[in-house]
Amino acid sequence: MAAARKPPTKGQIRRENLEIAVQYPLDWLEERSGLVGGVKYFLFRNVPADTNWMQTLGSATLTAFIVQAVTGVILAMYYQPTPTGAYPSIVDITDHLTLGWLVRGMHKWGASVFIILMFLHMGRVFLFGAYKYPRELNWIVGVLLLASALAEGFTGYLLPWDQTAYWASVVGINLNGTAPFLGPWLAQFLRSGQEISAETLTRFYSLHMLVLPGAIAGLIGLHLYLVIRLGVTSPPWSKEAAGTERPEEPTTLRKGLTAEPGGSE
Amino acid sequence: MSDHGPEEHGGAHEPSPTIYPLGFAVGIAVILVGLVVDPLLIGGIGALITLVFGFLWIREATREYRVEHTTVEAETAEGRPRKPESELTTKERFPRSRFLETVTVGVGAIIGGLVTLPVAGFAVLPSFVGQKRYKVDLGPITEFPESQWRIATFMVNPAEGEVSRRTAFVRNNGSVRVEGSARTVPSFTIISNRCAHLGCPVQANGPIGKPSEEKTANGEVRLIPTTPAGFGCPCHGGQYDTEGNRTAGPPVRALDRYAFEIDHGRLILLHTFSVSHVDGTGAQAQIHSYKLAGPGQHVDGPEQWFYPIQPPHH
Repeated sequence: MAAARKPPTKGQIRRENLEIAVQYPLDWLEERSGLVGGVKYFLFRNVPADTNWMQTLGSATLTAFIVQAVTGVILAMYYQPTPTGAYPSIVDITDHLTLGWLVRGMHKWGASVFIILMFLHMGRVFLFGAYKYPRELNWIVGVLLLASALAEGFTGYLLPWDQTAYWASVVGINLNGTAPFLGPWLAQFLRSGQEISAETLTRFYSLHMLVLPGAIAGLIGLHLYLVIRLGVTSPPWSKEAAGTERPEEPTTLRKGLTAEPGGSE
Repeated sequence: MSDHGPEEHGGAHEPSPTIYPLGFAVGIAVILVGLVVDPLLIGGIGALITLVFGFLWIREATREYRVEHTTVEAETAEGRPRKPESELTTKERFPRSRFLETVTVGVGAIIGGLVTLPVAGFAVLPSFVGQKRYKVDLGPITEFPESQWRIATFMVNPAEGEVSRRTAFVRNNGSVRVEGSARTVPSFTIISNRCAHLGCPVQANGPIGKPSEEKTANGEVRLIPTTPAGFGCPCHGGQYDTEGNRTAGPPVRALDRYAFEIDHGRLILLHTFSVSHVDGTGAQAQIHSYKLAGPGQHVDGPEQWFYPIQPPHH
């Protein structure tokens, strides 16, 4: 070879060294855990070419949950779940602690954002028909998530321990109490006795910050596992959507997808 | 589904008709009757019938699968060529490794259960067991002039503090003669302010006077004179007359009442009870009383059957 190769410039060498410096710990981690590959598999999946912005609502809901979890953990550092301490600690967080108003505001308004995004996400899944075979189980997991999130809203509402919180919880618990047969038992369990007391507050606090977030985190894990396993749905108008003719596919699969009784051809 | 025809589903897998589902249904019906009539005896018999027939039904329904399953397991686990079923011995169908698997899972489940059960019990049972009833001392009955209303607020359990503060509307009806004797006893109308709709605090519909405070065994009791035309709930607009009868709005029954006693000239509140309606007024009132039920729960009429067993409470 006659063409003399130019010596690498300083910038090239620096970039190469930087690459090695970044790559080395990643390789170390990958070799011992396979985590790098796992994260890549999770983040860089193939999705249908015609997905649209509507399909980001699920990730938005997840983000809202993470915001709730993080701000909630921080609020728990200052909140006191006792009848005499609850409201003063809320006042303290809002009025005196630095940036407390911001974190409490994020948690309070973020709660509504979380629920609203959840319903929008649910509506998207419904209108896109994304709950159909083979994704029925993910719809069911989603409904459990919705129920847990609404329970979060219910239990969290009592915690400021002001008049609105107290009487809204009285009414909410008594609403549960009017359910036939087991209603009175459910109400007494939620109240931790015959009347609302200090134990009701600690009970709601425990459910709100330990039981329900744990359940939601676990269900989100299951939800995401199913999304990754089954893939993202194409929109109904997609040429790639299930139910449309795809001659390149094996016959058995096509038959399975199109031979539903009443399916449009 | 129906246009696939019988051969696709394979008629051989259809469960054979049995009597067990019928017995199971009968058991459930007996439980439901038992809930109303006698939860322990009839309900128990129903539960027994349900369990026995449910077990037989499951056995019947899974018979084919269970037989197939064990055969396949034995073959693949041993990695041997197919043998006639008659040659399979008990030892091969339940090899040592499977026994150990089962024991490991089983012992794990027992340990898990031993840890979980008491913890779950601690989470649930304190709401239902050991609920105490507190007597409330409202002070001397001279604080309650005849035919006047007082709004009394008091702490049910002073040790618990302000969170246990409750309100009752108290009216002294004067003395009534005990039937068949010359003795007279004081009569009080004591109405709980817990709305019979969903439990909001019912207010007196009328002017409110200057409150007076007194110290009793139950800490600080506040008495506020009032002249109500009735009682009204601020949450959803339920309205009651001065006997606590519902006159308008969503409540399903009259306001709850307190039982009371007079001890050394002091008015003592006892337990609360529910009331469907009240005929008459004051000392002559005929109160149709029931065991205490939660707000929004019917105590009479056909809807009462929705709440057959109330949780234990004071």
